[in-house]
Amino acid sequence: DLKASSRVTNSELFTLTYGALVTQLCKDYENDEEVNKQLDKMGYNIGVRLIEDFLAQTADVIAKVAFKMYLGITPSVTNWSPAGDEFSLMLENNPLVDFVELPDNHSTLIYSNLLCGVLRGALEMVQMAVDVRFVQDTLRGDSVTEIRMKFIKRIEENLPAGDE
Amino acid sequence: MADESLFEFLHMEIVSHVYKEQQSSKGEMDSKDRAVCVSVLEGMGFRVGQGLIERLTRDSPSFKDELDIMKFICKDFWTKVFRRQVDNLRTNHQGTYVLQDNKFALLTQLSSGKQYLDQAPKYLAFSCGMVRGALSNLGLDSVVTAEVSVMPSCKFQVVIQKL
Repeated sequence: DLKASSRVTNSELFTLTYGALVTQLCKDYENDEEVNKQLDKMGYNIGVRLIEDFLAQTADVIAKVAFKMYLGITPSVTNWSPAGDEFSLMLENNPLVDFVELPDNHSTLIYSNLLCGVLRGALEMVQMAVDVRFVQDTLRGDSVTEIRMKFIKRIEENLPAGDE
Repeated sequence: MADESLFEFLHMEIVSHVYKEQQSSKGEMDSKDRAVCVSVLEGMGFRVGQGLIERLTRDSPSFKDELDIMKFICKDFWTKVFRRQVDNLRTNHQGTYVLQDNKFALLTQLSSGKQYLDQAPKYLAFSCGMVRGALSNLGLDSVVTAEVSVMPSCKFQVVIQKL
């Protein structure tokens, strides 16, 4: 009976489980102060994971939606750092460099650096400060193009657009 | 989507806490300690399962028979709790049921394949309790166990206890 089951939301599962946790903690510890401390500690651990999860979803959106929409390619998201604050976007092909060859006197030119700025600016608009750089570039002889993105921090105030 | 990760994170944190609690007094864990952890988690799941099934079946008509109840568990209950239906239900028609979920929600974060296989039981105890609690409220006493051979696929075995 789907009508009945739709009345039980996912938050009820969370609420009931949370109740079971608090009950268990009250059994484990002598006083409320200890329980409060444990709850805070556990919440902290969850909070850290939530941000990692959020970043993972952001990375996915960048790769699967934004890149696809604007450049027609879907990079893969890989090489997450252990702290979960850094990852790589692997582009097997880069439309910006179609038919392009780097001449010898421009070996340090990061031809597609515009992309780094775009990603940085876009994420700043959603209150995230990130560091973006190319670590591999097919134009410079690498087999694949790899952009490394590192989450620096959440931006608290709203900077007016074009503040730089 | 946010709701689901929150429960999954809470569950992982609860498992972590229960094991840490048991370990802290001794420094090491033996199989008896591990059994206590499983039992605590299963007990917590039991009460949650009871609460959930009560809300799920509040306005439904009563079930025809045991198989009807098991089908409800495999479809409605599983969908509400684990966001998918059980992939395969087998029974010997003598009170034993095997529920197979090929992409068990609480294991997908752990790994796929054989990595961390020995950790899997920790993450199944609470769910076994939920199933047992749900059945208990529907009038069926049971013993529920789970096993994993390849993550994230797992099999829950339900043995209905005859009085």
